[in-house]
Amino acid sequence: MSEAQIKSLEEEFEARIARNEKIEPKDWMPEKYRKTHIRQMSQHAHSEIVGMLPEGNWITRAPSLRRKVALLAKVQDEAGHGLYLYSATETLGVSRDELFEQLHTGKAKYSSIFNYPTVTWADMGAIGWLVDGAAIINQVPLCGASYGPYARAMVRVCKEESFHQRQGYELILTLAKGTPEQKEMAQDALNRFWWPALMMFGPRDDDSPNTEQSMKWKLKRKTNDELRQQFIDQTVPQAELIGLTIPDPDLKWNEDKGGYDSGKINWDEFWQVVKGHGPCNKKRMNTRVAAWENGQWVRDAAIAHREKQEQRKMNKTA
Amino acid sequence: MKKEWPLWEVFVRSKNGLEHRHFGSLHAADADMALVNARDVYTRRSEGVSIWVVESKHIKASNPEHNGELFEPAQDKVYRHPTFYDLPDEIKHM
Repeated sequence: MSEAQIKSLEEEFEARIARNEKIEPKDWMPEKYRKTHIRQMSQHAHSEIVGMLPEGNWITRAPSLRRKVALLAKVQDEAGHGLYLYSATETLGVSRDELFEQLHTGKAKYSSIFNYPTVTWADMGAIGWLVDGAAIINQVPLCGASYGPYARAMVRVCKEESFHQRQGYELILTLAKGTPEQKEMAQDALNRFWWPALMMFGPRDDDSPNTEQSMKWKLKRKTNDELRQQFIDQTVPQAELIGLTIPDPDLKWNEDKGGYDSGKINWDEFWQVVKGHGPCNKKRMNTRVAAWENGQWVRDAAIAHREKQEQRKMNKTA
Repeated sequence: MKKEWPLWEVFVRSKNGLEHRHFGSLHAADADMALVNARDVYTRRSEGVSIWVVESKHIKASNPEHNGELFEPAQDKVYRHPTFYDLPDEIKHM
């Protein structure tokens, strides 16, 4: 194809998106659109898969059967969300094995929040309430993404996500209303997860060079800072209601903007964790790679079984 | 050995009376496993009463680049639609 032809295809493509048309897997698309989507969608899938690890830590130690079935169901949903998103990503012409390879070698990223440890049971509450709460704010706009398979996967994910946040909030509210020790535990979890949760929305708009392109492609509908503000405004009253304190001395209601002003985020910490130097980066990846490698014989055995069955069928008809 | 499990497309009937609809895809070693996996991945909240799985490689899909030849001929055949025909106003239900 000549450059002029590609240019006119690109213009037609941008116009389709501007008209709110969806792009489907076999449609022509610019290479950059394909690559950017593979990157973002797989990063999203990886986050769901790695996101199971900090919670898996607590399943066997849940304090009641009610809490245990809820946590199990939530972790199973996360596996499901990872699978929806991986198969949506594969429609762009990349294989599941390639995606895993990118995760396991560190070439692909996942949400940094999962590189923080879960040291007490209250962390299960903080994760559901804050981490899933932030995820919902990030994800709801993506139900309108221009790439059809991604938008469809997100609709399914969002439907299931609200139970995650509600079970987390219920858990932490129960602790906050419990003994002084339990309340302290809830406050401590909030203290540790508040700032990393704010970082989940990504760097400040000034430091986010891809935002403009992503907005055009509807891979993003609001900027990082707008989403972060929405999360703060929504979460502060939820903390107050259960008697917990947001660990930010600069947090103050601003009547003029109709939202909260908040303190400075430690961006050095953010970039440290992104670059692999967070408290649990190595541990998470080791656990993930071990699970994949130790499962190899199962995957091989299943294929061998299939081949044997097919052979048997052929012998019968022969 | 390192062979990737093949890809399957999953179709779910959400309740009797409705058709099976494409829900998504997944990997599985064989058809039985694809069914079991489809149940876990796509019907955790009673989304269905029946599941079909078919290996993705068996689906032949039309090419959107040929949409012109394929679908445009239908556009100038307005006589296939009821509104093409002129009837007297007195006829209310036809």
